[in-house]
Parts: sequence; structure tokens; C-alpha cells
Amino acid sequence: MVKDQEYLSNKASYCLDLAKKLGATDASVTVANSISENVNFRNKKLDESNRSDNLGINITTFINKRKSSISSSNLQRDNLDILIEKCVETTKHTPEDEFNALPDKDLLATEIKDLKLYDESHFENEKKIEYLKRLEDSASSNNKIINTESSFSEYKSNFILANSHGFSKGYKSSSFTASSVTVAKDEKSMQRDYEFSSRCHLKDIKNAEDLGIMAADQTIRKLNPKKIGSEKISIIFDKRIAKGILNTFASAISSSAISRGTSFLKDKINQKIFSNNISIFDKPDLLKGVGSRNFDTEGVKTDTLKLVDNGLLKHYLIDTYNGKKLNLKSNGRCGGTSNLYFENGNIEYKDLLNCSPKSLYITETIGHGSNIVTGDYSVGATGFLVENGKINYPINEITIAGNFKDMFQNITLANDLEFEYSTNSPTMLIEGMVVAGK
Amino acid sequence: MSNFFEKSDLTRNDAEKIVSDTLKKCDDGELYLENTKSETILLDDNKIKNSSFNSDLGYGLRAISGEIVAYSHSNEISKDSLKKSSDNLKSTLKSAKGNYNYSIPKSNNTYYENINPIEQKSFNSKVEILNKVNEYLRSKDNNVKQVTANFNGEQKSIEIIRSGGETLTDVRPLIRFNVSVMLEKNGRKETGVYGIGGRQSYDSYLKDDKWKNVCDEALRIASTNLESKPAPAGEMKVVLGPGWPAILIHEAVGHGLEGDFNRKKTSAFHDLMGKKVASEGVTIIDDGTIDNRRGSLTIDDEGTPTEKTVLIENGVLKNFMQDRLNARLMKTKSTGSGRRENFRHIVLPRMRNTMMLNGKQTQDEMIKSVDRGIFAVSFGGGQVDITSGKFVFNCTEAYEIINGKIGSPIKGATLIGDGPSILKEVSMVGNDMMLDPGIGTCGKAGQGVPVGVAQPSILINKMTVGGTKL
Repeated sequence: MVKDQEYLSNKASYCLDLAKKLGATDASVTVANSISENVNFRNKKLDESNRSDNLGINITTFINKRKSSISSSNLQRDNLDILIEKCVETTKHTPEDEFNALPDKDLLATEIKDLKLYDESHFENEKKIEYLKRLEDSASSNNKIINTESSFSEYKSNFILANSHGFSKGYKSSSFTASSVTVAKDEKSMQRDYEFSSRCHLKDIKNAEDLGIMAADQTIRKLNPKKIGSEKISIIFDKRIAKGILNTFASAISSSAISRGTSFLKDKINQKIFSNNISIFDKPDLLKGVGSRNFDTEGVKTDTLKLVDNGLLKHYLIDTYNGKKLNLKSNGRCGGTSNLYFENGNIEYKDLLNCSPKSLYITETIGHGSNIVTGDYSVGATGFLVENGKINYPINEITIAGNFKDMFQNITLANDLEFEYSTNSPTMLIEGMVVAGK
Repeated sequence: MSNFFEKSDLTRNDAEKIVSDTLKKCDDGELYLENTKSETILLDDNKIKNSSFNSDLGYGLRAISGEIVAYSHSNEISKDSLKKSSDNLKSTLKSAKGNYNYSIPKSNNTYYENINPIEQKSFNSKVEILNKVNEYLRSKDNNVKQVTANFNGEQKSIEIIRSGGETLTDVRPLIRFNVSVMLEKNGRKETGVYGIGGRQSYDSYLKDDKWKNVCDEALRIASTNLESKPAPAGEMKVVLGPGWPAILIHEAVGHGLEGDFNRKKTSAFHDLMGKKVASEGVTIIDDGTIDNRRGSLTIDDEGTPTEKTVLIENGVLKNFMQDRLNARLMKTKSTGSGRRENFRHIVLPRMRNTMMLNGKQTQDEMIKSVDRGIFAVSFGGGQVDITSGKFVFNCTEAYEIINGKIGSPIKGATLIGDGPSILKEVSMVGNDMMLDPGIGTCGKAGQGVPVGVAQPSILINKMTVGGTKL
């Protein structure tokens, strides 16, 4: 069992009191405990079991405009005493920064809604093993699949965030994740792909057989890929890649990138940065949402934001420090977005495939090719050639490139949005990108 | 050296008993104890943005039977907690029938000193250098709009207790100093990043104003990028500069030569042992024994002394990198490559300092031989799909080559290639081998570990460059 609220808040208040006593004018403490149990299978046999119990504390102390922090996984009283003393001492020697402060009192969350983020069910290791057996049997039913690796993990956590403004709140959450990675082989090539399902509640996890079949099918269809020539082409991004592009957008509107001047979206509020009918939401109070939360990592309450309204940028993601620097109020986005998604488009998936006579359907990208300073994008990619609305043959060893400033203006979205992850996107088409191949 | 039992109700004797009892029917396993102290001091946007200190303590108990690994870790070093972990492992491995392998090689060599870099330099003097970096860069070039500089230092003490009570220890210092600068000119923004580091004190890297060299290099890269043109798209010849570009070797072949992927036959290299996988003249080693290097280790995280492992010799595949588990299952010996990010993670076979050794040609000869191609000098990150063998990396400083001459700088582009075939496309190996500056972190299965790379300049006949100019 994870530690209860009482244990965590006692530790937190001990630290706050001690920090104040040693000369801190303000302080903030997070104490968190998580327990996870994983079982891994490989080729239908038990491969690994892993239990982890993590307890950790983060303390930030302020002396007026000076700030420093410590973290530790050793919560013994004598260790905490040494660390807090060290933290306060370091604070004294850290230069002042006029924007350092705890969040404004009136922005702190006052109520905790029950967002259904905690499922107390415990899935015994025997049951995980039984689930994984079924998953791997189904994943390896096609003899082109030569290797399967699957895992089931159960994660429970509890935390308290407390600060010297009197804030002290926290709650439990849980997640259950099943995943399968399969390798397929034929005479000419070997390919790998995956599928996973991650939910707050055990009963919402995908059926084992379905998950196995999906992983296997996605892998087998990649066999015997071709390389294509370099050209300008329309690109269709599978949902799992499209959500990554949405995450890059989120990092480019983080108030830290904006205030430091290191984002291509600086000074773009109320400007048209996306195609006309694109809207983007960040909704923290989605029931059972993988990214749901009651407040941000500073305790600031979070409301739903319509970040982009019909192509116009409406909000940055603002925390206390960068908000003060930009002369804006925190909108509870310290630590980033919650449940971020594109509003559905109004075109069917099959019609999206038909938008141009020839396009590339991308299912995987590799490399760290997103530059939020310049907006340049260049990554390695794997996918399929689509001709006249039909997926024709697999493609790999190509790169796709463009600049987000142009890409965002050329997005068409399908109407197939689902809430599977914390960031979600419908299938996405972007016209006018460059593919480099032969 | 940490005394892990000093403030615990668990005595060393108790721990040894629990370990031996847990592992009695297992093939391998150990109790791994770790105490890490680390600090970050960050200057950004003209201010000290972050000064933080972390103290991390915990253990991981591992039991292996056949191919099955059972692992349990906690940050509470107590009798009760270790017993719980032991019960958890025993219940997973109830049908274990192994024979514990007690033997572990010994060595008296060490590759770094037992120091605590955090305490060797005062907080104030670190802050002072960061402020100097900021002033120096901003006064040197009016186009400088943003400076970020940081110190990261750590001391990691580990202790490994094996069944029967054999104990192995190591204390590992590590530091890194990094500078990032952003320039803005005529509405265009570009960044340059450079850093240095390794397993010595901060001052070994920074004394005599050596921090200025780091600033100058970051500024030079950013200034170069301000003048860059769109990169070409398509297949062409690529000349790689010496040193850090060896992350190509790390991604393209290094990961594919790690024991676990080959035992599981998911690596594109698994059936190529003894075969020719690279051009003649290409020799690649993975070396954990170079003094004070970021990727060096006196012992690995299973207690095996590290070594210099020859992976590819004159084009022929000679060895994989092994931890104890994969070595046993593949009937070979550990190469001292068993590593973990920290006590929260299981051991995996990993790279240390991966190096391509010198050949005979000069960089000049390579450039002159290229009609149309690119010259890549510095990279950001890379990634590989070890199954399909495809790998990428991102250029952060590159130039076009036209008719045997270096031309304009080009914008950051991704290069993509095929691991098993790329080394056969190496047509010249330079005589100018360089080590990287000590900044690499390798990610695998969610675990980051410090690594190094090295290579001379090389000419690759054919790679796909992911630019936008057709």
C-alpha cells in the first residue's frame, strides 16, 4: 500500500516548520510515494518481475527573492535535518531573482474534485501472468512473428504538496499499462512494432487478445519495405505521431520558452498560427483522464483552456515564475499540459487518405528533430505509401522535413479523435512537406 | 565510502544472510546498494535560475534463475524492507533450480580518484564562473540574446553484496559543464551548445579560464548556424568530423552489438558473428578503462572489472558487449558492460566509451574526393531501431561540399542510414582520432547512463540527408 495522506502531510509539515525555523521566509514541499509492480513476458514465458517502492521529497526554500531546492529519497529525520539546513544555507548564497515567489494565494486550488483517478483494485502477479499469456498467444499466432516481449504494470501513487501559504493537498492516483512489442521476419527484412493500453482503471485496459493482434498486425505490415525518392509530398500522420506534433506545439508555448525568447511562437497571441478550423484544448478535469489533475505542481488551480481557437493562439502555458516575468497570471500549467487534444476535424479517415492521389502515411518517427527555437522539423520516418486512397506498400529509411510555422498552416484533421493518452490527436494530414529518400 | 548500515536496523550480517538465503537456488543475483549526491547550478536569462542538491539512497535486490530476472528495490534500507523484497523475489522464482555462480573476476586497476567534486569547489565560486560566462558571452557579441550555463556534479557510491558475502565497492565522481547560447540577427534565431566533463574535479576542466573555450565554441556554432542555408534532401556522400560525430557509431552499430538484443535475436547483427560487417580498416572497440572518461568504470554495476572490448576488428565482427546474465545464456564471459542508471533499474548490457580507431587518410583527402555531399562536424542526439537497423542523428553544425571544397553552412538536418550496411560504405578512415568532450548520455529502456565516443574523420559513400532543398 502507498503511504497515506497523514504520513505524507506529517513529513511535509515537519519540513516546512524546520525551514521556517532555520530562516526561510517561504517554503514549498512535495512528498510522494509510489509503488509499482511489473511483470514482463518474452516469447510466451515469464522474463522479469519488478517491484519498486519509491518515496521522495522535494523542498524549495525562499529567503525573500532568493531560492534554492533539494530533493532526496532518504526521509530519515536526521537526513532531512541536514538537507534542509544545507538548502537554507545555499539559499542565502544564491543571488536574488525578482520573479522568485510562491504562487499568489488567490490562485491556489481550494477544492479537490473526484476525477476518478484512483482504482484500488490490485491485479495479482498471477493474473498479470495469465493476461500476458493470452496476449502473447494472440500476438504470436502468425508465424511471421519471431519474437514477442510484453509487460503488464500496475502503478499506485499518493502525494502531498504543501507550502507556507497554508496550502496542503494531495490525492491518490493509479495506472495500469499493458504493452506488447513484436518482431516479424521474412526472407528480406526484420521489423518491430508495438501496441499498448494505459488507463487509470483496470477494467478500461484493452482486451489481451486484441492488444496482441494489433501489435502483430502493425509489425507484419511493415515487412519488406522500400525506399522512395526525394520529393515534395502530402504526409498523413498516424494518431500516435500526430500527438507528438501537438506536444511540440505545447513546448513552444510554454511560458519559459516564451519569456526566454527561445520559441518560434513568441509574440503570437491572437495571431493565426494554424489553419482556420483548427482548435486545441487542454482539459484538466476529464474523468479518468490519463493527464487529469486538480492543480498544477505549484498548487495553482487549473481550468480548461482553449489554447487555439479556429487557428488563433489564445494562451501560453503559464507558471508562477515566468508569469511574473511576462506580467501574466499563472494559468496552472507549471509542469505542462494535462489532457491536451485537437478538436475533431470534419472529414472521415478514409477521405483523408484520398485527399491527394499520392501521400505518405507515417506510423513511426525516430530522432530528436524538432527545434522549437526555429520551428525546423526533420526526423527519420517509417510508414506506407498511399495511392488513390489505398495503403500500397511499406516505406522506410526516409526522412521528412518542414518548418512548423508552415506545417501548422497546412493541417487537415480527420474526425477520429479518441482519448487514449494524455495528449490526443485525430489522424492528421499536412500538405507540402519534403521527404528525402533515394 | 558510504556506510549503508550505519543508521539502519539492518546489519551487514543480516543483509548477507538475506542475500544468501534469497539466492540459494538461483543462478545469479546480488544486493546492490547506492548512495548518490548530486547538484545542479543553472544560470539562465541573466540569473541563477536553479540551485539544487539531491541525495538519493536505496537498494535493489536481484535474483536470476535461467532467463528470468526478479527485481525489487526500495529507498528504505531496513530489515523489514529487505525481507519484503526477498519474499517478493522468492515468490516469483519458487521453482528455481539454479547453481549460483560465485566467481567474479578481480582487478586492482582504478580509472578515477575517490573524490567528491561537489565539495571540492565552493558554491560561491561556481556561481561566480556562471556569472562570468554570461557576461563574457554577452559582451563578446551583440547578437547574443540568451545564455544558459550549468554545472552538474555527482558522487555515486555503490556496494554490491553477492551470495556468500563477497562485497565489491566503487566510488564514482562525475561532472559536466555546459553552455548554450542563442543569437538573433535580422529576425533569425539560432543556438549553439557546447560542454565538457568527465570523472574529475570541476577545476581539472575549468582552471586557467578554460571555461572561455567552452563559451567560444558554443558561440562559434551559433554564429555559423546564423548563416546557414536550407539543407539538401536525398542520398549523398557524407564526411564526418572527428570526435563527437562518433555517436553515429554508437547508434548505427553500438546498440546492435549489445548482448541482450543478440541473445533475443532481435538485433540485425545477431547472426553476423565472425562475418565481415564493415569495410577493411574499420576497427571499433568499447573501452571502460580510459582514465577519467565519462563512460569509464572501475567495475560495472554487477562488480565485474571493465575492460577494452574489441567489437569489430578490421571489418570483422568479433564480440558483443555482455553483462553476466546474457553472457551466461550465450555461453561467453561478461565484458564488464552490465550497467544500470541507478538502484531503481535492472542491469542491462550497455556501452562505455565506444571508439573507432585511426586509419591512414586525412580529412583533406576526404573532402577533396567529394563532388556533392555534406561535411558534418557536430551532432545533437541520435536514435536507432535495432531491429530494422535504421538509425538517425541530427546535425547541429554541417556544411555542404561542392566539387571537393567546403561551402556554406547548412541548417540542422537529420541523417538516416542502415546500421548493418553503413560501415561497409565507409571508404576512408582518417588519422585524426579524437575523444568527445565528455557530454554523452545514452538512453535504453528508459535508463540513461553516461557514455563516451571517439573516432577519426570518416568518409561515408552514401547516406540520406533529411533537408528541405530538393
